[in-house]
Amino acid sequence: MFKAEVKVMLRPAILDVQGKTVEGSLHSLGYEGVGHVRIGKHVTFEIDAPTQEEAERIAHEVSSRVLSNPVMENYEVSFVGAIEEVVR
Amino acid sequence: MKIGVVVFPGSNCDHDAFYALKNEIGVDTVLLFHKEHDLQDVDAVVLPGGFSYGDYLRCGAIARFSPIMNEVVAFAKSGGPVIGICNGFQVLTEAGLLPGALLRNRDLRFISKHIHMKAVNTSTMFTSSIEPGAVLRIPIAHGEGNYYADPEVLDELRSNDRIVFQYCDESGNVTPEANPNGSQLNIAGIVNREGNVLGLMPHPERACSGALGSIDGRGIFESLVRSLEIAAG
Repeated sequence: MFKAEVKVMLRPAILDVQGKTVEGSLHSLGYEGVGHVRIGKHVTFEIDAPTQEEAERIAHEVSSRVLSNPVMENYEVSFVGAIEEVVR
Repeated sequence: MKIGVVVFPGSNCDHDAFYALKNEIGVDTVLLFHKEHDLQDVDAVVLPGGFSYGDYLRCGAIARFSPIMNEVVAFAKSGGPVIGICNGFQVLTEAGLLPGALLRNRDLRFISKHIHMKAVNTSTMFTSSIEPGAVLRIPIAHGEGNYYADPEVLDELRSNDRIVFQYCDESGNVTPEANPNGSQLNIAGIVNREGNVLGLMPHPERACSGALGSIDGRGIFESLVRSLEIAAG
């Protein structure tokens, strides 16, 4: 069993209006040094696969096909604790 | 002639579309449940507005994988007319039947109001009964209607007349001020390359009865019905 983490972010070219709003609010709280706020999604899931290679293939397929929309988002896949056995 | 309106869990304009088509336009209309695989021999499909699957993950992202969508995609690819309204437009982009994506509105707010949109392409099967350049007053109601596409896609849309509706002011001027949600090129609606799939954020089904303050939405459905009649001979 492998535990994957997927980070989905709006592509850099796309204005993140949500991040922008949070940034404005941070500035009004006095955190003037904080900038380039961007907000994304963090998805975790477990994959029952025989090998690390197969788990990675599935994680990428799931991420590109469902979890992100390539028109507006990028994603990054990582495995918790470098492919550790998930203890149930 | 028969038109089908798809019902996803969370659709909330399915019955509005059904009512407008059946009672205002007067065409035989059926509801198509998302779990079904049978399009019941309809001549056109409407993907209605709403919040399919709670808008979880992304608007339209889950709906596009629902069982009936296999049939809708096949129907569209074989030339069948499909209209996606609001959430339906989002589903069409997620399904890859229309290019681009609908992002969060520029000002982050959910906007529910009447807007004006200009019919910039009246040669499609969805706009052929509309006066060229007509300014239509139609309601919008969305939080994610900010049309985005890469520059090459926008060029392609523009050069092939695939932009069907643009947000404009009352007099038909397409200006930044008349853009409610930040959409690129003030895009309110586009068609696919073949011209049989239309996606638009405004709600024509809510503008088919005088009692609702506008009948400007009728032209879209009337154009479709007329095009289907002509095609049927």
